[in-house]
Amino acid sequence: MSLAAPRSGLPAAVWRRSSRRPRQRRRLLADVVVWALGLVLLVWSLLPTYNMLLIALDEEGDTEYAGIIWPAEPTLDAFRVVLTGDYWYLQHFWLKFANSLFIALATMLITLAIGSLTAFALGRMGLARGWLLGNFPVLTYAVPASFLVIPFYRIMRIYGLSDSLWAVIAADVTFTTPYAILILHQYAKLIPRELDEAAQTDGATPWQIYRHLYLPLMAPALAAVGMFALLLAWNEYIYQYILLTSERKMTVAVAIAQFFDADEAPWNYMMATAIVYALPPVVIFFALRRWMLAGLTLGGVRR
Amino acid sequence: MSTETLDGAELLVRSRPPLQRIWRGGLQGSEYAWAVAFTVPYIALFLAFVAYPVAFGAWLGHEPGLYAELAEDPIYQRTIVNTILYVGIGVNLKMFGALLLSGFFMRRGWWVKALLLVFVLPWAMPALPSFISIHWMLNGEWGLLNNFLWTVFGINGPGWLDTSRWLALGAVITSHIWKWMPFWTVILLAGRMAIPQELYEAAEVDGATGMTRFTHVTFPLLANLYLVCTLLSTIFTLGDFNSVYFVSGGGPALSTHVLATLGIRDAFEVARPELGVAAVLTALPLMIPLVLILMRKLRTTEVTL
Repeated sequence: MSLAAPRSGLPAAVWRRSSRRPRQRRRLLADVVVWALGLVLLVWSLLPTYNMLLIALDEEGDTEYAGIIWPAEPTLDAFRVVLTGDYWYLQHFWLKFANSLFIALATMLITLAIGSLTAFALGRMGLARGWLLGNFPVLTYAVPASFLVIPFYRIMRIYGLSDSLWAVIAADVTFTTPYAILILHQYAKLIPRELDEAAQTDGATPWQIYRHLYLPLMAPALAAVGMFALLLAWNEYIYQYILLTSERKMTVAVAIAQFFDADEAPWNYMMATAIVYALPPVVIFFALRRWMLAGLTLGGVRR
Repeated sequence: MSTETLDGAELLVRSRPPLQRIWRGGLQGSEYAWAVAFTVPYIALFLAFVAYPVAFGAWLGHEPGLYAELAEDPIYQRTIVNTILYVGIGVNLKMFGALLLSGFFMRRGWWVKALLLVFVLPWAMPALPSFISIHWMLNGEWGLLNNFLWTVFGINGPGWLDTSRWLALGAVITSHIWKWMPFWTVILLAGRMAIPQELYEAAEVDGATGMTRFTHVTFPLLANLYLVCTLLSTIFTLGDFNSVYFVSGGGPALSTHVLATLGIRDAFEVARPELGVAAVLTALPLMIPLVLILMRKLRTTEVTL
């Protein structure tokens, strides 16, 4: 009898406490693990960029890491040297910058033109054997760019495009267009066919439908694909290195790699150039990240 | 008309549209001309810059003697082993990491979203500056890593890139994962987000939690995407030139080359393009089945990248 009272009185509270404690502790443990993982990811993602900045801001350009996380006397002098082209490897820096930009912009425009025309013909015009043509892009995926560069070099000489920016543009367009066609083709499925048919009954030619209906409606996908092509062409290295030989045709990427080959080179200048080179694509990427990601994951990944 | 009364041949003849119709798919006159005009630029591009270089490459590397030469070359033999390790370990670690991290980034909270932005930085950065920076970080004498090990732990770190083949290869694989894991994480994250929440709720009612939630709901729905991503990533990694070229440069003593970098070295540094093409062509036995499976997968599922 005397035992019954505490038994009936205690259990609820005891139960709740004893079951809550481990659960709370487990949740705390999970939080700690998540935060630790977050911290590791933060360091892991930023480390090379941090190292780059550290060297670029150092006066001497050597990374005597002395237990400090920031150079004692950070200086922007290396950036001044880069932007004024005040060093042997950095002569004509702005010309090289313009070359890189020209390649990127031309690649973007040509990719959009060829990609949208092909995707339109494949998706909207009901071209038979379209699937056959549609397989070409996937086939191009299968040939890695770095494998194709060897015959490409010879072929560009045959085409009379040696040491020409257009040779690099041709190479870049070759590798961006398949992706453009696949994405645009996928995105176009969201646009109702009835619109085309209505325009057709009103007597619009395919060109008019493409120009006044298809292109405006495809704007978001075109923006995503265009940005992809722009960034790929700016970031690409091996074709620029192999196909461009003269100083005046050189791009920023090739200029950076030139430092790399030298035995004695000021690493702070190299890292400062690398940061100036990396800044435009990174800014574009983060400014337009929603579009980029949307383009990347369009339609498809739903499965 | 019932088909049972017709024999096979007759059915075949009757159901076959005129040949011209097959080609034109019902397009008429001027429309067909338009369709052709629209596709001509791409077909021209494909012929001039894909078909011709591929054929030219195949012709460059057609001599059987080249392959005999390669087979006897110890550098080439090491390159094959490196390529298999690089692709095999690199792709699988990267994809598995991406699968786990995509789950991590499904968590709510502003700081997880902010962290995702930082995490995609390696992907947003051009490869060249990052890999040069990693190369410097791993320098045995003045690299950040060894300086850190010395100042904080008093350990004399090894020369990561210039003493041992396996250290250098490990550094290259790690760099590759660093650069490309964010991309695949985002793809798989999008795949996870597309899974309807009701499925999880239904699973919860049935008592699925934690691990069973993953094995019974998430993974079956992601498996196809994961497979396609792995195939694509394998093809991309086989052709990835930058990680090896800038991080280890193929060293020490040419021991960490992969097919992509060896081909370019043979073609442009040794000035023997035919040998370079032959080296690269030996990736075909791996490449062709991959591409065939991929094309089939892409056609039968809705996955596109």
